Parts: sequence; structure tokens; C-alpha cells
Amino acid sequence: MISQLTVFLANERGRLAAACRTLADAGVNMSSLVLADTADFGVVRIFCDRPDEAAALLVDAGYRAAVTPVIAVRVPNEPGGLARLLEFCDEAGMNVEYGYCYSVGDDAAVDVLKIDGDDAEERLAAAGFDVVRDEGAHAA
Amino acid sequence: MYYQPEIETMPVEELRALQLERMRESMRNAYENVELFRERFDEAGVTPDDLASLEDLARFPFCVKQDMRDAYPFGMFARDNADVARIHASSGTTGQATVVGHTAEDLRNWGDCFARGIAMVGGDENSTIQVSYGYGLFTGGLGAHAGGEAMGCTVIPTSSGNTKRQVQMMKDCKTDILACTPSYALLIADTAIEMGYDPATEFPISAVICGAEPASQNMKDEIAEKLGIQYCDVYGLSEIMGPGVAMECAERGGLHVAEDQFYCEIIDPETLEVLPDGEWGELVITTLTRECSPLIRYRTRDVTRIVSEPCACGRTHRKIDYLRGRTDDMLIIRGVNVFPSQIEQVITEFPEIATQYQIILTTKGPLDRVELQVETVPEFPIDEVRKIEDLKGRLAAELKSNLQVSVEIKIVEPKTIERSMGKAKRVIDLREAKN
Repeated sequence: MISQLTVFLANERGRLAAACRTLADAGVNMSSLVLADTADFGVVRIFCDRPDEAAALLVDAGYRAAVTPVIAVRVPNEPGGLARLLEFCDEAGMNVEYGYCYSVGDDAAVDVLKIDGDDAEERLAAAGFDVVRDEGAHAA
Repeated sequence: MYYQPEIETMPVEELRALQLERMRESMRNAYENVELFRERFDEAGVTPDDLASLEDLARFPFCVKQDMRDAYPFGMFARDNADVARIHASSGTTGQATVVGHTAEDLRNWGDCFARGIAMVGGDENSTIQVSYGYGLFTGGLGAHAGGEAMGCTVIPTSSGNTKRQVQMMKDCKTDILACTPSYALLIADTAIEMGYDPATEFPISAVICGAEPASQNMKDEIAEKLGIQYCDVYGLSEIMGPGVAMECAERGGLHVAEDQFYCEIIDPETLEVLPDGEWGELVITTLTRECSPLIRYRTRDVTRIVSEPCACGRTHRKIDYLRGRTDDMLIIRGVNVFPSQIEQVITEFPEIATQYQIILTTKGPLDRVELQVETVPEFPIDEVRKIEDLKGRLAAELKSNLQVSVEIKIVEPKTIERSMGKAKRVIDLREAKN
């Protein structure tokens, strides 16, 4: 599991900017950010250095923020890298609540998944997937 | 178990006849001895002799708290100083204080009213009652005290404060019944638990008699569970007497009004028409036995309804339902009466939602639009949109079924809802037609 910084924001102008400014001023460096938006709120999912400290910082500043453990899998940066992973999850009866991906250089990509249940990571590792466990590794 | 069985279980017809007889006396007392009532009755063209039936009461004018403020201090006393045994006064934080006088007979009746509630929780002369209401001008302490003495209980007059000592007394002196405000009962329970006791199993306490401030059902349940007791809700107001006007028996479902001493009506606060039993509206009380400070058709501003179905406890006196709020707080949304307390009650049933909330009323075309802003508790997982949407959906459905009005839920960031040290501003009314 790796630590995702999660922030709940009102879907209003300037809220994302303000949250990012709070992190920036504290010297938190993000390596990825994705935003799930609905009509009246958004959920921001961030990878950064020092996620626990960043969450505490945001909470103190009045945000609803938390650290959420998610599964990260390193896959080859080629067609089918993600499809094979998701097909395995589907066939194994694992429900993916949300996910997103980003490339790491030319050779690899990291697929981040939130999967129901506690044993998903072990099952993926047992099936031969390259599960990222080191918190620093995803930024590489 | 009853305190005054012949009164509390009096056949209904006999009780109505007693009420009519006493109402006439009370009207005469008010009319002959209090200038305000004489003027008001004369203006309305009625005299106490026009009261041929209880229904005729509807022909008489109302009185309100402002009348008592205007009459400060003794303008509405129907007795001379020689006959006045005690005065109580409201705090006056929201205006001029109101002073209410009690004769010795008034105090005796008050003790009887409260003692009936002690019997409702199984108390008798062998019981020990700890009175942790404040003693003083506030009616809570001395009212409960009088009830305990009338019953012949051992009364422990701890008053409020010094909570650890309260717990120690409760344990060492084997308190059976605790009388205090609901918030103080909860603090005493939590303090006992903090001190390492389990009051539910280790203390002999079997009942609390709580009133003087609103309490949600969840809060009452929490008190009952932590102390392991029967919860008795007591209603009263200092203008009318104090605690004991109505009290809750073990059958629950409302509070038995001491109908031999008070006559209750429910009115529509807008039209002022008397509503039939069972309908919600403003409680109006006429005192039947009060000598020094009689009140005819006093508008309490409290919202409840009359429950007239026979009670399994055997008492024939009708009940009032648990208070829904104050008419001052009532919102009319798309023609439906809604109280912030109803919304609060629903919110407390959702552990995922923090207790802070705000209601925003706006106009959308011809309709009122209600938005309820709430926050999730910090433990609630915010990373999954589906869980947040699911929570919104469940809260909206529960509110719709409770209020009969659709409410849009908006989950907001912490601190969006303004915190205040005193009374929080819960309702923001931005509707166009509203004054």
C-alpha cells in the first residue's frame, strides 16, 4: 500500500488553488494530482512527499483531508499494461472503486487502484504483479 | 403507583367538571384582582360568567410574556404581599425579567404536581432524590425540592456544580432519583464513568427527572443507558409555576399534564384558532388553581400537541407530546411547518455527520428551496465519491420522510459553517417574499 493524500473540496472557484497554495507554502512537492468532481464537491487525490504531514497541515488549515492507503502497481509502459491488470481484478472478483495512472519515464507506468477488501494487494503480488510498496518508489 | 390516585385516575367526566369549576374560580380571581385581565376581558366583552363550558374559554383573550414584563414586578399579582410566600423570576437575559408570586397554597400544589412525577418513576417515601437543578430564582431546584418533600423522600439539595461531589453523593448516599437538566445528567454520568465507576450497574439510581432545556431522543437514550435508569421528561415554565406542569410516566408517549391544575389548549400560531387534540401547534395554558399569579390563556410559544388516547398507566389526565420547538423557531417551508429541532434530530441519527449544520432557505421560481449544509466527521472516508453520494442520499431520504419537505444536502468543508460561542445561527433565510 502507498499513501494517497485525499482532500475534500467544495466545487467552488479558487478552492483547489487555495489547497495547492497551502501545500506549496509548506514545501510539499506533489508528483501527481487527480480530481474527481461532482456538481457540488470535488475529491482531490494526490501523491506527494510527506503525505502524513501534508494531511495534518491541511486539517489545521480547515480542510477535510486524510491519508488513504491505496494500491499501486508498476506495469510496462505499453499497450495492454492497464488492461491486463484490470482484467485480473475483474476475474478475481475484486471491485475497483476508483483508479488512475501515470507514466514513469518511457518504460513504466504506475496504476493506482482503490480496491474493496483487505487482501487485494497480496493477491496481486501473488499473481506476479509488481506491487509498489515503498512509499518513495512511485515518484521515481 | 400514584401519588394522588383519586386525582390522577379521576374519571374523565368528573375531571372536566372539576376543571370547569376551577376555571371559573381562576377567571374570577384574575378578573377581580388583576387589572390587565379586567381590561382585556372588558375589551373583549366577556366576563367570567360567560364561561358555561370549557369550550367557552376560546372566547377569552390571550396573554403573553410581554404582558408580564410590562407588569414588572407585581402588576399581575392577584394577592397582597401578606399572602405571598415566595417569588421566582426568569433570568431576563432576553429582556426585562418576569416575576411570579406563589402563595403557600401555590407552593403546596406545586410540590404535589412534581411528586406525581416522582411516583411515575417508581419513587415513594423510601426514595432518595438528589436535586441537581440550580436553587434560587430559577424554579428548577426549589420545584423539584418541593416535590421530594411532598412525597416524603429524603432530599439531597446538591444544587448544580461541583460534579465530582455530585457523583460521590449519588454513590455514597444511595440516590434513587436524580433531578436536573438533561445536559447536566449527561455530564454527571460521564464524570462518574471518568471517575472509574459504572453508574448503570454500581449505583442504586433508578430514575432521572429532567427538564428545563430541550433534549433529543438520542440524548435521553444516552442518559438512560449510561445511568441505567428510567428517563422522566418534566415540563414546566416559571410563568405558569415551574417544573411539574406535565410529567412523563413509564408508558412514555408524552407527558401527563396535571389537568386538575392546568387547562391546555393547542392553537394555530398564525390564525390563533384552537386546534383539535392530536394536531401540532402552540401550547396555551390556563392556570386553574394558582392564587397569586393566575394566567388565563397564556401563550407559551412551545410547540406540541395533545395526546388524548388513554394511557396504560391508568392516569386519566391527557398528555402533551414531546416539545418540537418554539413558535419563534418555526419555519414555514412550502406551507409545511418545520422546526430546526426536527432536522437536528435526524442529523444526530447519522454518526457520519458532524453536529454543526446550517439551513439555507432560498426561492427557486415559485417554490422555497431548502439546502442543508453539513460536514462529515473527520473519520468519515472522503476518498470515495460513491460513499459521499450515498450518505447524501440516505440523509435526504430520512429528512424527506420526517419533514415531508424535500431538502437538498450539501456536504461542505469544515469551518464553512460558522461556529459561535453562544447560540449558533442555524437558519439563513434568503427567501424573496420573506420580510
